[in-house]
Amino acid sequence: MTQSMWHVAGSNAAHIRELAVFFGLLLSAIFVLVVGLALFSLTRRHRGIQQEPLEGTHQPSDRTEASLRTAVGAATGITVLILFGLTIVSVSVGKIVSASVAPAGSLNIEVTGTQWWWKVRYASDDPGRILQTANEIHIPIGRAVAIRGNSEDVIHSFWVPGLQGKRDLIPGHTTTEWLEADKPGEYRGQCAEFCGLQHAHMAFWVIAEPPERFNAWLEHQLKPAAEPMNDDTRQGQEIFLRSACVLCHAIRGTDAAAQAGPDLTHFGSRKTIAAGTLSNTKGNLAGWIADPQNIKPGTHMATVPIQPAEMQPLIDYLESLK
Amino acid sequence: MRYVAIACCFLTLSACKRESREVRPAPAASAILGDAGAESALYPGGATANLNVLNPYEGNAYAISEGQRLFNWYNCSGCHANGGGGIGPPLIKKDQRDWIYGGEAPNIFDTIVKGRPNGMPTWGGKIPEYQVWQLVTYVRSLNNLEPKAATPARSDSLEQKTATILPGKPGAATQ
Repeated sequence: MTQSMWHVAGSNAAHIRELAVFFGLLLSAIFVLVVGLALFSLTRRHRGIQQEPLEGTHQPSDRTEASLRTAVGAATGITVLILFGLTIVSVSVGKIVSASVAPAGSLNIEVTGTQWWWKVRYASDDPGRILQTANEIHIPIGRAVAIRGNSEDVIHSFWVPGLQGKRDLIPGHTTTEWLEADKPGEYRGQCAEFCGLQHAHMAFWVIAEPPERFNAWLEHQLKPAAEPMNDDTRQGQEIFLRSACVLCHAIRGTDAAAQAGPDLTHFGSRKTIAAGTLSNTKGNLAGWIADPQNIKPGTHMATVPIQPAEMQPLIDYLESLK
Repeated sequence: MRYVAIACCFLTLSACKRESREVRPAPAASAILGDAGAESALYPGGATANLNVLNPYEGNAYAISEGQRLFNWYNCSGCHANGGGGIGPPLIKKDQRDWIYGGEAPNIFDTIVKGRPNGMPTWGGKIPEYQVWQLVTYVRSLNNLEPKAATPARSDSLEQKTATILPGKPGAATQ
């Protein structure tokens, strides 16, 4: 599955697709008609054109003038009617898909856009069950998901073409919307409001799963990070905790608790790194840590001086955080 | 003549150190300097800087804005607030002689990297060196020690804080 507004999995995205199809077909038909008429008027024989006097002195007959007036009037009327009709259709679909109040029993997720990744927080009345993660949103199928959007710096826009329409994330202002997936799958999302140097590399994945698989995922994610099981990963954890990593990232269950960068508690379970930029492999991770500015120039991920011998234990440890 | 003037304008722009955005730190700025300032906090005849150590980001607006972001990210603001001080001493000095450990770029670098008694943590080995320099540039910009062309206006948050801390006193915000 990829990012496409044609392969939809939710009612909101289906409405938008219907609207696109309706606009596309109707406007294509009008385009063909107008171009056809223009070609027809170019190619038809102009009878008696030689007899026409010069411009300015020409007095069209009353009959010609009347028919011209009818034709222009009718064309204007039809244009106005079509545009008005399209406005009504567009606004009514817009009203449906931008409904900000989710149906009862929805799952509440807070999404915070930040340069250039997504902070995701699963809300809960029980503080022990609030989950903070990043760049990957798991949702159960067949259940409405209410998204409360916010931004930490500039305006971003939350957009999963397969599931919903765009919704801007504005600093200091909470925007709400909801979405629902009706079949399992992985749907790519993307920031849809230019937000700086790495706007193009600000993606995320929405993974829709059957409710029981979603619940198992949530229970697992709520647990603290896995303890390192061997000397290699133990050394990796030690490197993580004594270097600059710990100033921005949190790994629950360790001393790392900073909130400036993505939460890495279950980092190894994610599909991608650097906000959907690279697949989550050890090679990509090593490249990302060694020289983040090469992969995302301008990223706020610090260039951390890691010794060559320290890299392998560090990436082994991070990938062990399943 | 007009074209010469326009060309001169573009030339001055290209020479503008303020605008350069060095997102990838140069090697010179990513190895910890052994001894940026002096070890002792006591300076005979007042604090002086080691003039052999230069701030690579002096006068650079991008470094100042990055420093401002890191100032919050690394929780400098937790003790120094927005520069006005709180648990820690203020970083906006009334008098430039008020710097306890010196206000030159290498002195501030040294203070961040090594830490200072009574609460300033040792950030050396944690904050990468190029980011320490960005913080140094930002802290100096708070005191107008950076070129005016690169220094932004004081942030709005400073004004708001005054109003929130002293809500009950009439006229407190305007004093």
